[in-house]
Amino acid sequence: MNTAIVNIIYLIASALFIFGLKGLTHPRTAVRGNLLGGLGMFLAVVVTLFDQGIVGYEIIIAGFIVGALIGAILAIRIQMTAMPQMVALYNGFGGAASVLVAGAALIEVMLAQNGPDMQTTIATGASGLIGAITFWGSLIAFGKLQGIVTEKAVRYSGEQIVKVILLLASIAAGALVVMHPEQQLYYWILVGISSVLGVLLVIPIGGADMPVVIALLNSYSGLAATATGFVLQNNVLIIAGSLVGASGLILTNIMCKAMNRSLANVLFGGFGEVQEGEDIEDIYAGKIKATSPEEVAMLLETAQTVVLVPGYGMAVSQAQHAVRDLYNLLESRDIDMEFGVHPVAGRMPGHMNVLLAEADIPYDKLKEMDEVNSMLGQTDIAIVIGANDVVNPVARTDPSSPIAGMPIIDVDKAKTVIVIKRSLSPGFAGIANPLFAADNTLMLFGDGKKMIQETVAALKEG
Amino acid sequence: MEMLVTALTIFALAMFVGFEVITKVPPTLHTPLMSGSNAISGITLIGAILSAGTQDTTLTTVLGFFAVVFATINVVGGFMVTHRMLEMFKRKD
Repeated sequence: MNTAIVNIIYLIASALFIFGLKGLTHPRTAVRGNLLGGLGMFLAVVVTLFDQGIVGYEIIIAGFIVGALIGAILAIRIQMTAMPQMVALYNGFGGAASVLVAGAALIEVMLAQNGPDMQTTIATGASGLIGAITFWGSLIAFGKLQGIVTEKAVRYSGEQIVKVILLLASIAAGALVVMHPEQQLYYWILVGISSVLGVLLVIPIGGADMPVVIALLNSYSGLAATATGFVLQNNVLIIAGSLVGASGLILTNIMCKAMNRSLANVLFGGFGEVQEGEDIEDIYAGKIKATSPEEVAMLLETAQTVVLVPGYGMAVSQAQHAVRDLYNLLESRDIDMEFGVHPVAGRMPGHMNVLLAEADIPYDKLKEMDEVNSMLGQTDIAIVIGANDVVNPVARTDPSSPIAGMPIIDVDKAKTVIVIKRSLSPGFAGIANPLFAADNTLMLFGDGKKMIQETVAALKEG
Repeated sequence: MEMLVTALTIFALAMFVGFEVITKVPPTLHTPLMSGSNAISGITLIGAILSAGTQDTTLTTVLGFFAVVFATINVVGGFMVTHRMLEMFKRKD
């Protein structure tokens, strides 16, 4: 097919990607947006299959079948609570594809008459570097979220120096690729060093910082595609990759702001060391009031407004459907129930929203932090399920705290706060939460799902 | 050199478009945004198809095959799982 026609179809595909992402700005248009993106991809793939250079289709079709089967099975069978590790895995595959395509392109270009120019070799180096970091970084993130690799921050002395040396080494290998593109080995050395760097960049990051890491790796997977676009001098790769790169960067920024930390602090700063035991005892001693599902049910019966604040613990105990039952029951009794979602609640951006949507909670009930904070002063009961640091008032009051200045959901301003939690153990930030000891707080100790179910049962009986 | 400048122009403009469009995505849809944009970054598939199809050397064919597999997982899985999630947001409207 004529290159002009091919490029026009690529242009149409790029436009469809942009329309597709634009559709995601509202839940009503989002399904159509995603389908438009899929259509764009379909067009781009079909027109590529007509390329005159293609001598046989068997390898391509075999790859399609294997990839589509794996992709479809993962997409259909994955549980919504496991979405973070799923997205991490996809990020990684995108990075791996870029590494392989750039590696193959480097060989192909050496076979051509005039050899590679600077643009191609530099872009190849960039594809290998970013792609390998994305792949291995994502695999580690996947492992942490799946519980294969420890969720804890793995730190060691001289950590930053090791990473700087590896970065310099991979840049040096990149320079060798540019100077001696005929030596394939340099490219694979570059990929090898970058792989180690990818592992070491993510391994020191703790579980609750995963939203930032996944958003950042999302951005990298886009930038890897862009770099491959520079290698192949293909505009649709450059455009699509940049869109994803921009998307990931925006999310990364939102996540960092929601924790009042810089990206450098998340990636390289120490976080998550547990505070000394005595301090925590002092704060809680004699002030914790435990409650029962029956008592909670009685409180709810007389309430008019309820706000529920979910955290990662809700995902762990799969409590979203029980929460939906509570929501339906309260709504049927004309008690208004809203949901306050902190941007970094869960293990990836929007994690809580997806779980609540899965449980059929209408999306207009899911309030952002600022909106819910303006409501909490007039709220009768705030229920916290599986969240800790994002509702810790210390962020407002103690400038020396590790979470000082982090925007939180002010559940302590509600008349009564019910915290559903297994124990008094600290959250990711490793600090005590004075909310648990506050006068208006009742602790409902137990598994989130079970406690909500028992509350619902008590409400029905009472 | 001219090619490079053109490519850089496209890159810069696409980044701007991306920032403009995606800033307006509400937090509720951030997870579908990630999985959907992930599917779009599977566009590397077209580079993979060319490597696997032109079969210049055995090595490039093998690299191309695995690239097609990875990128297809990204594209098929990404769009499908995004669709699954978005359907959950839609049906209560």
